[in-house]
Amino acid sequence: MADLKITALHKYYGGVHAVRGINLEIPAGEFTVLVGQSGCGKSTLLRTIAGLEELDKGSIEIGGEVVHHLPPRDRDIAMVFQNYALYPYMKVFDNIAFGLRSRKTPKAEIGPKVDRAAGMLGIHHLLDRYPRQLSGGQLQRVAIGRAIVRNARLYLFDEPLSNLDAQLRDEMRGEIKRLHQELGKTMIYVTHDQIEAMTMADRIVLMRDGVIEQAGAPLDLFERPATKYVAGFLGSPSMNFVEARLVAHGGGLGTLLDDGTALPLPPSRSEKLSGRIDQSVILGLRPEHMNRAHPGESRSGLAHYAATIELLQPTGSRTYATFKLGGTDVVAELQPHDVTQINQKIELSIDMNRAVLVDPSTEKVL
Amino acid sequence: MMTIKQRATIRTALRLVAAVVITLIFVFPMYWLFMISFKTPEEIYSFPPKWYPGQIHFANYAVLFKDGDAKTVWNSLVVAGSSTIIAMFLGTICAYSIARFRTGGEHLANWIISQRMIPPIAVVFPIFLLFVWLHLVDTYIGVIILYTAFNLPYVIWMMRGYILDIPKALEESALVDGCTRWQVIWKVVFPMCRAGLFATAIFTFVFAWNDFLFALVLTRSEATTYTVQITHFFGGQSNFWAKISAMSVLGTLPIFIAVAFMQRYLVRGISLGAVKG
Repeated sequence: MADLKITALHKYYGGVHAVRGINLEIPAGEFTVLVGQSGCGKSTLLRTIAGLEELDKGSIEIGGEVVHHLPPRDRDIAMVFQNYALYPYMKVFDNIAFGLRSRKTPKAEIGPKVDRAAGMLGIHHLLDRYPRQLSGGQLQRVAIGRAIVRNARLYLFDEPLSNLDAQLRDEMRGEIKRLHQELGKTMIYVTHDQIEAMTMADRIVLMRDGVIEQAGAPLDLFERPATKYVAGFLGSPSMNFVEARLVAHGGGLGTLLDDGTALPLPPSRSEKLSGRIDQSVILGLRPEHMNRAHPGESRSGLAHYAATIELLQPTGSRTYATFKLGGTDVVAELQPHDVTQINQKIELSIDMNRAVLVDPSTEKVL
Repeated sequence: MMTIKQRATIRTALRLVAAVVITLIFVFPMYWLFMISFKTPEEIYSFPPKWYPGQIHFANYAVLFKDGDAKTVWNSLVVAGSSTIIAMFLGTICAYSIARFRTGGEHLANWIISQRMIPPIAVVFPIFLLFVWLHLVDTYIGVIILYTAFNLPYVIWMMRGYILDIPKALEESALVDGCTRWQVIWKVVFPMCRAGLFATAIFTFVFAWNDFLFALVLTRSEATTYTVQITHFFGGQSNFWAKISAMSVLGTLPIFIAVAFMQRYLVRGISLGAVKG
């Protein structure tokens, strides 16, 4: 099966340098998610892989074969588009069969192949309908069916779920992941939604301004972000960032916030940072790492803080509580009944073992 | 006091009456044309006028065929039909190129449509001289080339609008699925703008069909179109109303038939075009 190798790829749109020297290798059978904000170059990269955009520099190899000079049809890829891209004048069956017919698949094979793809997606009963008679979720299933019906080397998904409502999106996420497990094909999936990236990817490639900010397994990126941007991008609600200074604290190190609050760092982290005493840092704290303190709780690296809650956002299973830490609004993820009203004071324990420290000048994680 | 429902009923009735009156006013000349073509000379000139012929009488048409006048309708069909097909084919390809590859930059489409604004009279004599030199006067080919040239800007402009309305992803999906550009045009672009194609083709056909000036200057006898031939029935001494009406009916029928068959596409195509600049 194919693996994809992208070397020093550059793409310009007029004066805009959309993709700036991307190097990326994707092993066969991997589900890779390209994620990033709008305009970061992820869709451009995907479209360049597909051959819908020409690259300006660099090379693309699929399965060891250089393909960037080939038209899309000769790259043996299948693609699912954001707006489904179904032909309104064709029935669902013909839409799914389109790629097979274009590639001159023998007639006798088309029916069974379409049946099998439709069966995998549960759209058998829709084969005789026109796209206009289908709901958004059904349209997306047909679009996916049109891709998987072909035995392509590489499957590309360009934000396929962004037009669906939240519930359908959750459902389809699971479905695409299941399809990947069943088919075992190399898939590249573009999204701006970090939850899609986290839940679906074998590997996340997080892009920013046309370059790869960090690539790795979802939990690696989440737990060991390389930059402030990665730390802030992954996670919902996103990581809180508070300006601080590294100080000596009780024999070890601590972070001193603008309001005078000192949060001690665990000894395991102090060693590495001892050379930075008195330097400014940005302290990154995930909402889920700030919990209600329990009496008698003392663990290395737990810092206590008395917070006055200013805003509450209960979701049912969790409650997001906003309070001031070092003069900055931060959000903690609490149990539903930990806090019941605003202006309530609550003792929080902050897990400094999981805190992220960022160098403000380079925005790199220390 | 009238209820809202009564008012609505009265309003609908008034609209209906107005629509019927207006339709009658517009349809009457057509009716009269058809009726004259079936009348005998006595009936045509009788006073008070006869609203319909005593009996349907095809002699006026028979004369047209016997004298060879009907052949000019065939000529019109050939030149209008051929030029429409060629202009639609070339124009759609050009429009696709301008719409999708920005061929010629941002303003080429505007420049092309501006060619359509040229008053025919301004160019007809230079064209005549050119055609004399090229031995194209009074030939099918000559008239077809001219009508194609005159219709191309319109076709390009209209088809560009329709093509711009097709989501790009549909074409990209076909490219990834194994189609060449030509196959994309055939399998995606044509079906997607079918209504626009028909509407544009009809207007193109009607332009060529109705043209008088070019046909008058550039044809003599072999390629004369029916619009020119009809003028021969208007004499200094008298007008051949029977022939004029029968010829006019023959000249109207193809358009009638085309519009009747393609009305569905025509309405959709025109309204599609209407929402864009």
